[in-house]
Amino acid sequence: MLYREAGQFKSTYAGDQQVFPIRQDRIAVVCLLIVAFVVMPLAANEYWLSAILTPFLIFALATLGLNILTGYAGQLSLGTAAFMAVGAFMAYNFELRVPWMPIVISFVLAGLCAAAVGIVFGLPSLRIKGFYLAVATLACQFFVLWALQRIGWFTNHSASGVITAQKVVIAGYAFDTPATKYMLTLCIVAVLAVLAKNLMRSETGRMFMAVRDMDLAAEVIGIRMMRTKLLAFAISSFYCGVAGALFAYTYLGTVEPEAFNLDLSFRILFMVIIGGVGSILGSFMGAAFITLLPIFLNSMARPIENVLGIALPPGLMSNLEVIVFGALIIFFLIVEPHGLARLWQIGKEKLRLWPFPH
Amino acid sequence: MNWQFFLEVLMGGLLAGVMYSLVALGFVLIYKASGVFNFAQGAMVFFAALTFVSLTERGVNFWLALAITLAVMVVLGIAIERLVLRPLVNQPQITLFMATIGLTFVLEGLAQLFWGSQPHGLELGIPDEPMQWLSESTNINISQFDLFAAVVAGLLVAVLAIFFQTTRIGRALRAVADDHQAALAVGIPLRQIWAIVWTVAGFVALVAGLMWGARNGIQYALTFIALKALPVLILGGFESVAGAIVGGLIIGASEKLAEVYLGPYVGGGLESWFPYVLALAFLLVRPEGLFGEKRIERV
Repeated sequence: MLYREAGQFKSTYAGDQQVFPIRQDRIAVVCLLIVAFVVMPLAANEYWLSAILTPFLIFALATLGLNILTGYAGQLSLGTAAFMAVGAFMAYNFELRVPWMPIVISFVLAGLCAAAVGIVFGLPSLRIKGFYLAVATLACQFFVLWALQRIGWFTNHSASGVITAQKVVIAGYAFDTPATKYMLTLCIVAVLAVLAKNLMRSETGRMFMAVRDMDLAAEVIGIRMMRTKLLAFAISSFYCGVAGALFAYTYLGTVEPEAFNLDLSFRILFMVIIGGVGSILGSFMGAAFITLLPIFLNSMARPIENVLGIALPPGLMSNLEVIVFGALIIFFLIVEPHGLARLWQIGKEKLRLWPFPH
Repeated sequence: MNWQFFLEVLMGGLLAGVMYSLVALGFVLIYKASGVFNFAQGAMVFFAALTFVSLTERGVNFWLALAITLAVMVVLGIAIERLVLRPLVNQPQITLFMATIGLTFVLEGLAQLFWGSQPHGLELGIPDEPMQWLSESTNINISQFDLFAAVVAGLLVAVLAIFFQTTRIGRALRAVADDHQAALAVGIPLRQIWAIVWTVAGFVALVAGLMWGARNGIQYALTFIALKALPVLILGGFESVAGAIVGGLIIGASEKLAEVYLGPYVGGGLESWFPYVLALAFLLVRPEGLFGEKRIERV
């Protein structure tokens, strides 16, 4: 009853083609944006802003990037963290070598660099697919990290290989508190998410989906394979690159190449799977789930200790956490292979009838 | 160019490649039989080796420990079939792949939960030193242990090849790999087949774990060698046991040669990515790997 599109007539083409055609969806999105932009910075404390919300947004952006490639264009990639690393280190170098450049421009340029790397390592996708491609993208993961560690130029010849991100200053205003960094991240993520949402319902997005569903058939009906696949790699890597730059600038501050290891790639792949393959909303849900899960598990440890009356050894907890994490992923795949986004969709279907069964 | 040195590097690389092949074999087995790309193979190697070494350290006799570990791997195989694979029948391959990544976490956590996370040494009683007569006659140093590993790998491959080609179960395994539903329709017991293949993969993991453990010690880093097996796999082709061996030899030899001859020019550390780039370059020419099955696609 609450969520029903009955009575909402579209009398113009523009009305028919808007991003959220149902009024309730538009209200929900506006509410969500108000919460994200106004309530969160005011209500959340520094720990939440800097250690949970900001990384959540950054991971959501990277997940979005991978989702464009894997979920929409159907090309499995295990090199996400490498594209993030390219973004982070190139943003650092642009700021370092060209000090007058506005930071947002260097984020964009860093994203473009990541896109270029993505195109190079996306070339094999024209010949190989499936698991072969997944393993091929591992080449990107290892090669990029190796290059960042061995070639001194990237880290400005720092002995430890660690870079310290410069201060984020836009038009004279310094983004140095957790709240301002959160806001900056939020703005960039929101803009890119809207772009992605629109891109995926455009001709490009439909080409991606055609390639995903059956690339041979897509080629037969006249979709240019090379252009489409490389474009998917480029757009995806651009998103990951910007996420990497934000990872360095608004979240960690100091990063080393090892921070972008294979584990991070897998974590982002999990976010895609758990959130929902081929869903913008799912990217955010998956990122939220994986970011919050360890915190939730840790907070569970204390009550368990109290109930049992003994102190759990720290090694036990960390191992249990890993086990629960793995088990949850298997559980999710079994119960809902289409992820949280699908659950949300089912919930909406239920809401249309609720509270009356007919 | 120093030919003796070149030969020694080449031999060292080939023998290291045999070790990669051992891990790759486990991948191929499961892929051939169930179409699952089992990312957890590395974790299984670690799990098996850690269980075995922890038992022997607690004073269990070598053969008894081997038997117990094998039993554990059988139970593990059946449990994986029951809890992970059975609910995921007929799902897309990518879903199964993701499930095995989850499995990796569970296995690593379980192994360290039971046996602790400190590294262990393992002694199989085969000396890891160059063979006297060979170094004297040809001046090339080859470790006795490496040769032993090569023989073990060769034996395993021979047995597995016969198993797959000639036995009833082997044929059923290949049918299942082709199409779950079709195999079910002609009356192949999917559950048994999967339990069997995961058990066999567990056995291969145990052998690989013992070999690697004796060489490098048993520690968490053992799970990473599974990643080295991946370029071996795509070079050789996912479906081919022979491919795993040949791919392993090529990867092992080329990565050692690259490290020795190219490494000094680019600052070393080539071993971390060279196998992948080599495999990638190779795939551009032959997308299904050396011995992989050529896919024919239709609209």
